[in-house]
Amino acid sequence: MELITTVFIAKAIIVGVVFAITLGVAAYSTYFERKIAAFMQDRIGPDRAGPFGILQPLADAVKMFMKEDFIPANSNKWLFIAGPCLSMLTALMTSAVVPFGDSVTIGGATFDLQGIDVNIGILWVFGIVSLGVYGIMIGGWASNNKFALLGAIRAASQNISYELAMGMAIITILMITGSLSTKEIVEVQQNGHWNIFYQPLGFIIFIICAFAECNRTPFDLPECETELIGGYHTEYSSMKLGFYLFAEYINMFISGAVMATLYFGGYDYPGVDFVTQQFGSNVASFVGVGALIGKSLGFVFVFMWVRWTIPRFRYDQLMNLGWTGLIPLAMYNVVVTGFGILVGKPFMVSIAGLVLLIAALFVYDQLLVKKKIA
Amino acid sequence: MNYQPQDFLPIFVQLAAALAFIVLVMVLTHALGPKRHSAKKDDSFECGIESIGDARTPISVKYFLVAILFVLFDLEIVFMYPWAVNFKQLAWNGFYEMIVFMGLLLAGFIYVIKKGILTWEK
Repeated sequence: MELITTVFIAKAIIVGVVFAITLGVAAYSTYFERKIAAFMQDRIGPDRAGPFGILQPLADAVKMFMKEDFIPANSNKWLFIAGPCLSMLTALMTSAVVPFGDSVTIGGATFDLQGIDVNIGILWVFGIVSLGVYGIMIGGWASNNKFALLGAIRAASQNISYELAMGMAIITILMITGSLSTKEIVEVQQNGHWNIFYQPLGFIIFIICAFAECNRTPFDLPECETELIGGYHTEYSSMKLGFYLFAEYINMFISGAVMATLYFGGYDYPGVDFVTQQFGSNVASFVGVGALIGKSLGFVFVFMWVRWTIPRFRYDQLMNLGWTGLIPLAMYNVVVTGFGILVGKPFMVSIAGLVLLIAALFVYDQLLVKKKIA
Repeated sequence: MNYQPQDFLPIFVQLAAALAFIVLVMVLTHALGPKRHSAKKDDSFECGIESIGDARTPISVKYFLVAILFVLFDLEIVFMYPWAVNFKQLAWNGFYEMIVFMGLLLAGFIYVIKKGILTWEK
C-alpha cells in the first residue's frame, strides 16, 4: 500500500511537470510561429516586448484577458462557454499516455517518466482526440452564426474523415509491436530500430492526418478567413478565442510527441549506452526526455514550415484526398506490412512496397496523361 | 507486464489540473474585460450587413452521409485492432482472413465512392 502511495505521488508530480511543459511550449509556439513566419517572409517579427520579443506570449496573454468577453445575444450561452473549454480540456488530457522518458530510480523507488502506463495506451490518445471534435462543433453551433456553423461542420466532417486513415496507419505499428501500450511501442524501437525505417508510408499517412486533425494549413478550412471570416470562432473573443488558438498549439505539440513515440523511437537517441556508462541510468533517462521534447519541437517546426509553403486545399479536394487517397493507401500499407512480418524481412518488404507503389502511380499517371492528349 | 486498474489513477490528477486551469481562466476572463452592450453589437456578425434569420437552418445532406459512413468504417477499423495486436500469433491464417475482410471492406468502399458520396458539385 505504501509503495502504491509513493508511486502515485511520483506520478502526480510527473503529470504536473508534463502539464507545465505543455502549457509553456504552447505559449512559446505562438511566439515562434510569428518569428518563423517573419523569417520565411524576410521580416523581423515581434521584437518590442523584451529582448528579441521573448515576452510577447506574456503580452498576448494579458491583452487577451483584458479584452471584452463577448457573448452574442441569440447564442446558447452555456454551450457557447462550454465549446472552448471542451476543446482545451481534450487538448490537455492527451499527454497522459506519452512516455516522456525511461524509468528513473530515486531513493530506492523506480518509476517511469510517464503519466499513466496502461495497456490501452494509444487508444486513449485516439479516444480523446476524437472528443476534440465536440469542442469545435458545440462552439460553432452555439454561436448561432451561419459562418460559425459552416466552419464547425467542415471541421467535424474533416476530422472524422481523416481519423479513419489515421486509425488504419496505426494498425501497422500495432502489428510490429503486438501491444497497444505506448511504453512497449517505444521499447521495441530502442537502439535505433525506429519504426520510420519500417513504416515510411505509414508515417506519411499519419503526418498528413495529424495536419488535418490539428486544423493546420493546408487543411485549415474550418477557419479559412477568405471564405468564412473566422470559421467556427467567428463570434469568440477574449480568452475563449484564446482557448481555441491555445488548444491548437497544444495539439500540435502533443501530436509531435505522439509521432515521435510511434515512429521516431520516443525517448531513444544515439549513444544511450555511452551516456548510461558515463553518468548512470538516471542522467540517461533525463537526456531521453530532452530527446523526446526535441523531436516533438522539430515536428512543431515542420507544422509551421508547411504553413508557409503549401496553400490551402479546396473542400472537395480535401475530402477526396482523405477518402479516396489515404484510406486505400493505408489498407495497402497494412497488407504489405503483414506480408513483410510473416516473411521475416519487414524492412526489405516495406521499401519494396513503397517502390512498387511509386512505380504503379507513375505508370498510371503516364497512361492517364496519354489518354488526355489523345 | 502486469497492468493494474490503479494505473489509471494519475489521470484524475491531470483531469483536476486541467479543469482547475480552465475554470480559473474562464472566471478571470469574465471578470477582467469591460462590459458594453448594445442591440447592434450583440447581433451575430455577418460582415456588417443586417443578419436575416439565424443559423438553425438545414445544411447539405452530404455532411450527414460522411458522418454515417465514418461510423461504419470506423467500426470496421476497430475490428482490426485486436487482430493487429495478435498478428504474430495468428500468422498466415490471420493474414489470409484479414485479406478477405479487407476485400469486403474495399468492395463496400468502392461502391460508396461510385455512388457519388464525394461529388460535392453537380
